[in-house]
Formats: sequence, C-alpha cells, structure tokens
Amino acid sequence: MIQEFKKVWKQYTIGMLWLLGLLWPMLGIHADGTLTFQKTVTVWSYLLAGTFVCLLIYLLNTSGYLKFVSNPLSRATGKMKSATSALPTWVWFALIFVAALFYPQFAGRYGTDVAINVLLYICLGLGLNVVVGLAGMLDLGYIAFYGVGAYSYAVLNSVYGLGFWVCLPFSALFACIAGCIVGYPTLRMRGDYLAIVTLGFGEIIRIILNNWMSLTNGPNGILGVKPIGIYWPIFENGFTFEHIWVKKLQFFYYFALGLAIVAAIAVKRLNFSRVGRAWESIREDETAAELMGVNTFIYKLLAYAMGAVFAGLAGAFFAARMKFVSPESFTFLESAMVLCMVVLGGMGSIPGIILGVAALIALPEVFRQFDSYRMLIFGATMIIMMLFRPSGLIPAKRVGTRSEEKEG
Amino acid sequence: MEYFIQQLINGITLGGMYALIALGYTMVYGVIQLINFAHGEFFAAGGYVGAIALAYFAGVGYMDSHPVICLTASFAIAMAYCAYLAVGVEKVAYKPLRKNSRLAALLSALGMSIFLSNGMMLTQGVYDKVYPGELFQGRFDFGMVTISYLQILIVSLTACLLVGLNLLVFKTKIGMAMRATAQDKTMSALVAIGSNRIISLTFAIGAGLAAAAGIMYGLYYGSVKYDMGFVPGIKAFAAAVLGGIGNITGAMIGGLIIGMVEIFGAGYISGEYKDVFAFIILIGVLYFKPNGIMGENIDDTRV
Repeated sequence: MIQEFKKVWKQYTIGMLWLLGLLWPMLGIHADGTLTFQKTVTVWSYLLAGTFVCLLIYLLNTSGYLKFVSNPLSRATGKMKSATSALPTWVWFALIFVAALFYPQFAGRYGTDVAINVLLYICLGLGLNVVVGLAGMLDLGYIAFYGVGAYSYAVLNSVYGLGFWVCLPFSALFACIAGCIVGYPTLRMRGDYLAIVTLGFGEIIRIILNNWMSLTNGPNGILGVKPIGIYWPIFENGFTFEHIWVKKLQFFYYFALGLAIVAAIAVKRLNFSRVGRAWESIREDETAAELMGVNTFIYKLLAYAMGAVFAGLAGAFFAARMKFVSPESFTFLESAMVLCMVVLGGMGSIPGIILGVAALIALPEVFRQFDSYRMLIFGATMIIMMLFRPSGLIPAKRVGTRSEEKEG
Repeated sequence: MEYFIQQLINGITLGGMYALIALGYTMVYGVIQLINFAHGEFFAAGGYVGAIALAYFAGVGYMDSHPVICLTASFAIAMAYCAYLAVGVEKVAYKPLRKNSRLAALLSALGMSIFLSNGMMLTQGVYDKVYPGELFQGRFDFGMVTISYLQILIVSLTACLLVGLNLLVFKTKIGMAMRATAQDKTMSALVAIGSNRIISLTFAIGAGLAAAAGIMYGLYYGSVKYDMGFVPGIKAFAAAVLGGIGNITGAMIGGLIIGMVEIFGAGYISGEYKDVFAFIILIGVLYFKPNGIMGENIDDTRV
C-alpha cells in the first residue's frame, strides 16, 4: 500500500515538473528579450493545487479513508434506485416528459435557447451513437452531414421557396445520400484508417460548401432562411386554419423536443432490433460477425447512412432556428464536440448520451466566464474518460469484451 | 515552362515539410500501431517555440550579430521542446491505453490533440504569431524562375534531417532496436530491448522532426497559428499512407508527392480546392492500394 503511494507521488511530482517545463517557454520568454517566471509559476501553482486535490481525493477514496462520505452516498443512491424501481418506468418517462413540456414556461428566453441547443445536440449525439456506439466505427466527419441537412433546407427554401415540412424529408434524404457516397468507398477500412478518412471527407464537404459560390454563397452563408411554418387552428367566426411562422423560441422548443424524442425512440428501437444486434456483432468482432452470416458491408453502410439521417434532420432544424447557415458552423471541432458528448455519456447508451449532451452544453453556459477554456476541458474530458472510465458515465447495458482487447 | 519549374520548386519545398511531419506518423504507427492524432500539434508547437525563440534572440540583439547561430539555436530549442512534449504526451495519454481497445486509444489521442491546440491558444493568443521577417530575404533569379534563400535553406535542411534519420534508423544500434520493436515487441523484449524507452524515443524523434517542419513553415509563410497543425497533419498522414504506413522511405516519398500534388493542383486546377487534393489521394490510396507504394502487406485486422 505504502509502496503504491510512493510510486504515485513520484509519478505526480515528475508529471508536475514536466508541466512546469512545458509552460515556461510558452509563458515566460518575451519578444523584448526578457525572461519572466512569475506568470508561469502562478498558472502552474493553480494547476498544482487543482490536481493535488484531485489526487488526494482519489488516493483517499481508493484506500478507504473516505468511507464516511462514500458509504452514506452509495446507500442513498441505492435507496433512490429501489425507490425508482418501485414505480414502473413509464411513470418516470411521463414525469420527465411533463417536466420537459412545462420547462419553457419557467425558463425564460435564455434558458429555452440553451434547451433547444441541448435537444438538437441530443439528436446529433444519438445519430453519432448509431455509428460509433452501436457499429463501432469512429466517424470524425459526422458534422458534415449536419451541414448537408442544414444547407439542403436553406437552399431549397431560399431558392425554390419550399416550406420546412416539405424540405425536412429532403434534408434527411440528401444527408443519407451524402452518407452513402462517403460510406461506400470508406467502409471497407477499419478502425483508425476509417477515422482519418471520414475526417478527410468531412473537410472536403466543408470546403465544397465554402467554395461553391453559386449554390451556397460561399463563406458568407445563406441569410434569411424561413422558420418553421405551421397551420394553426383559429376559432374566430367558424373554424379555419391560419398559416403562421414559428418565430417564438417557446414554440420552436416543442418541435426540437419532438425531434429529440423521435430520435431517442428510433435509436432505441433500432438498438433492440435485428439490425441493432447485427451492428453490435460487427462492433464486437467484425470477422466473427461476417462468419455468422452478417453482411457487414451493408450493415455498416446502413449504420453510416442512419447516423447521417439523424444529423440531416437536426441540421434542418438548426437552419430553421438560426435562419442563417454558413460553413463556419460545421468545422471539425463541432464533430469532436459531438464525439466528446457521446464518449462522456457512454457509447451505445441513450440516457448516457442525453446526460453527456446536457453536461457539455449546459455546464459551459453556467460557467460562462470560463468560456475560452471550453475546448481545453473537452479535450481533457476525452482523455480522462478514456483513462478511467472508457464506457462512459452511464454505460450501455449490452457490451461484451472486444476480441482485440484479449489479444493485447 | 517557367511556371512549371517554379511550381516544381515550390512543391519540393512544401513536400519536404510534409515529409518531415509524415515521418513522425509513420514511425509511431510502425512501433505501436496507433495514429498519433496529436502529431499535428507537435508541428504547431514547434512553430510557436521557434517563433518565441527567434523573437527572444531578436529582442536581446543577437539576431543582427549572429543570425546563423540564432537560427540553429531556435531549431534546436524547438525540436528539444517538442521531443520533451511528445514523451510526456505519450506517457500520459497513450501508454496506459496500450492494452485497451483501439477506439479508446484513438479517442484519447484525439482528446490530446484538442487539448494541446487549445492550450497553445490560451497561452499564445488566438491571433497569428508573426515570424521575424527580415531573415533570408534574398533570392536567386533565373529568368522567370526565382529561388529564395529560404527555399534553399528549407530543402537542404530537410535533406540533412532525412539523411540523418535514415542513418539513425538503419545504421545504428538504436535504430536496430527501433526496427526490432516495430516488428515484434515481445521478441525484442526477450533480447533485452526496453520497448517503453524505444517507444518514447520514437515519439521524441518524430516530434522533433515535426518541430523542425513547424519552424520551416513559420519562416516560409511568415506566421504561425494555434490551429495550424490540423490540416498539415492530415496531409502528412495522407503522405504516410501513400508511402505505406510504417515505412520511413515511403513517408519521405509520399510527403514529396503530396506537396507536389497540392502545389500543382492549386496552380493548374483550382486554388480554392487545394486542400481537397491531398484528401482525395488519401482516400484513393486507401481504397485501391491500402499498403501504399512502398508498404509491405499489412495484416487485415490491423487496417
């Protein structure tokens, strides 16, 4: 035990000294030919204090000194679990649904805006979950399909004047076609090659959006995209329908909520269908799946196209909400962010992804003053999750061990 | 014709830089079969440290009196810094995951890449960092074709580094140990090669070469930016794949080809789509000849 602690402390000290050596050239050497140490040491001491506290908690927890905190906590969570299982699941779903339904009445404009963001990202995250979590293919160009969906609606609307509900299937269709075009040549590859090729394709799509001036108006983007239009029943002098634009955020929130619910149900149904089982078998061991008669190529293409469809739908909603699209919204960092949400929540688990999205969209809104640290923390989150809890905050229920892990 | 020769010279300059970055990818892949996503960030960090060092020397006043020494020292500092960075990155983000699934290692590498580029943004600011521009202003004129001193410096330095690396890998004991580890970790451990040290060394050498490329990039284009590692990183990866991943000579040739293709594509087809050509080559190579032009047969499960 003591030996282990000694080893940990040694590693920690070396690591922090290494960090100091990394920080100083970046912060302490100035162009006017002076060398300073104060700023470096200040930043470093903040980091030192933060990591020290984390390490201390981790060590105390592993050695059992924190039982007086963790025991009541685990008992409380156990009680909560038994309490939740006392009521049937649909009651909880109904409660959450009702809470979501009344949320905009209490939240105000800003809160609703954040909630809409969360709901759109839930749809994106669930779509990426089909590709990464179920079929086990790392897709780094996912946001391109979001872009295709958004641009489909924006172009069809601004050029041809089509309404939102007509364009929505087209957005999904075009994203699906884009997914098939990208997927067809790439899906014969595995693992890391696939990741980098999808990354390349994502960039290609973004560059095309950026340079196809006649269709997409290039880097300036498309302005004046119409919001969602609906027919609303009017009961004055008889019963008529009137066409109105959904401009209020509250209304839009309900459409986004509907989208997220549809996405969640669809992914759940897919997961527990024959197709979902085929995907999971591909994820666990592609060669074995092929031997068992799963047509791996078709199923991988299906997973890819399915993920693209969800992204395309979310993209159309995004365009309708922002009333503006530009290639700036569909960079690689967005892909990485969605991926980070999926990884944080737990690949393959729907509640996990909802939690991950909520954590990574809502928490930065709360800590607004640390906004510039956001991507830094995202990156760190990905590393830490992979190191300590690779299955995510709420792990998926049905995950086997991969064959590669055993080969080591 | 003059235009063609001019583009050829530009292409060799750019291709040399890509080759230097690609070597890091290919060496790391050869040893631990992992795509080091953070490699582009080593390139950017090298560019930054070079800029900082050169600015410091200029500020102190050495630059006017001893420009050659200052430049050499900046290269040395940046390469050492990136080697130091890479060894730590490997220990933190890759080593604990070596036994885990490839997806976990890949995601961790991706997280590291985002972390590093944003770390650079926070410490150095979001704006371009300008290189001291008065270095190597001269040029040779051959009619319509011009070669700047800087291009000569970049090409010759690249050639020196590539030759040096080849000597290191193929003529020394350390190189032999590296090749042995790349072929079979267990066997090489049995003949007393510490695989952890060799892996660290591989990361350090790859990052050092990327840092050299970073300074060259900064000198050539005049400025560096925190997110500049991303696109050259993918292009260099395309170069590594084109040459056959894991193959050092292949990476050099691949880098030159990618650089040429980019320059000629931008010059003769379309400047706006210049980034697309490298990606198309990458996809085409992976589709038609995944082993690359120099690669041996790769085991199916690895690809």
